[in-house]
Amino acid sequence: MNRSRRRASGVLYGALGLLLLAVLWELYKWVGPLTGVRIADTVLLPKTDDRSMPHLWSMVTRAFEATTSAAGADIVWLAVIKACLSSLWVAGLGWVLGSVIGLLLALLMQRFSIAERAVLPWLILSQTVPLIALAPVVVAWGGRVEIGSVEWERWMSVAVIASFLAFFPVAIGALRGLSSPTQIHLELMRTYGIGWWKTLFTLRLPASVPYLLPGLALGAASAIVGTVVAEVSVGYKGGIGRMIIEYAQSGSADPNKAYAPIVGAVLMGLFAAALVGLIAVGLKRFRRQESTI
Amino acid sequence: MSTPLNKAPSAVSVRGVDKVFEMAKGATVAALTGIDLDLAPGEFVSLIGPSGCGKSTLMRLIADLDTPTAGTITVFGKTPQQARLDQDYGIAFQSAGLLPWRSVQANIELPLELHGVSKADRAERANELIELVGLTDFRSRFPDQLSGGMQQRVAIARSLAEKPNLLLMDEPFGALDEMTRERMQTELVKICSETGAAVVFVTHSIPEAVFLSDRVVVMSPRPGQIREIIDIDLGRGVDRGEDLREDAGFFAGVTAVREALHGQPAMGKLGVDLR
Repeated sequence: MNRSRRRASGVLYGALGLLLLAVLWELYKWVGPLTGVRIADTVLLPKTDDRSMPHLWSMVTRAFEATTSAAGADIVWLAVIKACLSSLWVAGLGWVLGSVIGLLLALLMQRFSIAERAVLPWLILSQTVPLIALAPVVVAWGGRVEIGSVEWERWMSVAVIASFLAFFPVAIGALRGLSSPTQIHLELMRTYGIGWWKTLFTLRLPASVPYLLPGLALGAASAIVGTVVAEVSVGYKGGIGRMIIEYAQSGSADPNKAYAPIVGAVLMGLFAAALVGLIAVGLKRFRRQESTI
Repeated sequence: MSTPLNKAPSAVSVRGVDKVFEMAKGATVAALTGIDLDLAPGEFVSLIGPSGCGKSTLMRLIADLDTPTAGTITVFGKTPQQARLDQDYGIAFQSAGLLPWRSVQANIELPLELHGVSKADRAERANELIELVGLTDFRSRFPDQLSGGMQQRVAIARSLAEKPNLLLMDEPFGALDEMTRERMQTELVKICSETGAAVVFVTHSIPEAVFLSDRVVVMSPRPGQIREIIDIDLGRGVDRGEDLREDAGFFAGVTAVREALHGQPAMGKLGVDLR
């Protein structure tokens, strides 16, 4: 009863937040000067003409019209959904790949403290590499990879780049989680005379769940950001990242269209968060905290 | 002590044990010096003393959670390591240390599960123990749904799961309130005499030590050593009930342990004790 009421109020506040954003947008468009506000040459507030800031209802209307005037063209929202799906499975692949790598790295670092000291600084450093710089390298290396008749394709580069962003929060969360068991629990396992592997499955992995889940959620969000950016820099067609750029470029002629793929990208993020939430529900048992006595 | 005891192989034998901890910057702390102690099978011995007297360290050495700097320890005639690997002892700590994602029953079954006992046998043994510690209605609850006393009872049941002949307990009731504590003591003394296990019980409560033990080992700090071993003659554990707490023999034991603990001030300063 209480819980469902809390959930309902959560949905309510979320909707209110969206409504507030919409009101702010329209309010500024109504009262703001057409040419925007600038001091010297610096733009402080944007222009409010229909090309720079379309009305929300024109965006929605545009989403229900055909993408182009060509015969047989998809409706905009349908095209956006298709692009999202095309990106989503690449991002999902990157997320799974990144999570597996992150977990393995965390295991390695937990097992050998020397590995933690040697690897952890590099992991942190790896996240400072700009994705734009990474993309050509991955594509070039991928081009040399040939396993049997399988050729390296562009979506593989995208997935690899997505995993490069996704592995980090998983590795950090998992490392904290695997190191979280108390001394009493560890000594108890020692008195049972069981080795590292059995301790891992009996104690460390279950105990790591509360730390791992936020890592997985962050990793999912990172994988989507990585996919959107990588699609653009790798030149992978058909995904939402590419679509955002394409529609933005047609902005001056068709300003209402550009917002649909952005909303699509946001929805993808929400979907990913929901997916991790589902995993969290499945692992509920491991999120109980031992009450302190 | 009567001599025939020497014939039975002792449960625990500690001979000339020293433990020195290396601290930072080369400093050392002598936690234990020249410890000799024998435990007969089925005997309940408490280690008591002020903080820093090494009573927990001594228990940890017996459990092979740490190794002595000098001297030897045998548990049922084996090295502590072998005894640990053979699961000769069960252990309980100050905090229950239950796995929060396992139910009461699954927590008790944990050591059995890890050592390959079949599911049916595990369930049967867990049922016995759940009944023994009086948690029949709570078998499928999780630790966060239990009070501190209940959690500690689960921990004790878990330490008994593999029918060990030795129980090592490090202040298992230290965090409980006085009423719960006394009830747990009465239960423990019954459980132990029913199972026939020897017990090393670390505590800093004098009445607790006297109520539970056949012998109380009084220790003193800096360096940790045994000051005196006091025999408590209050009858077998099964006969020890609540009314024992108001018995004259109980008070005599409490007085004896207290005097040994606080000692004759002059004696302690004289240095080497050559008894």
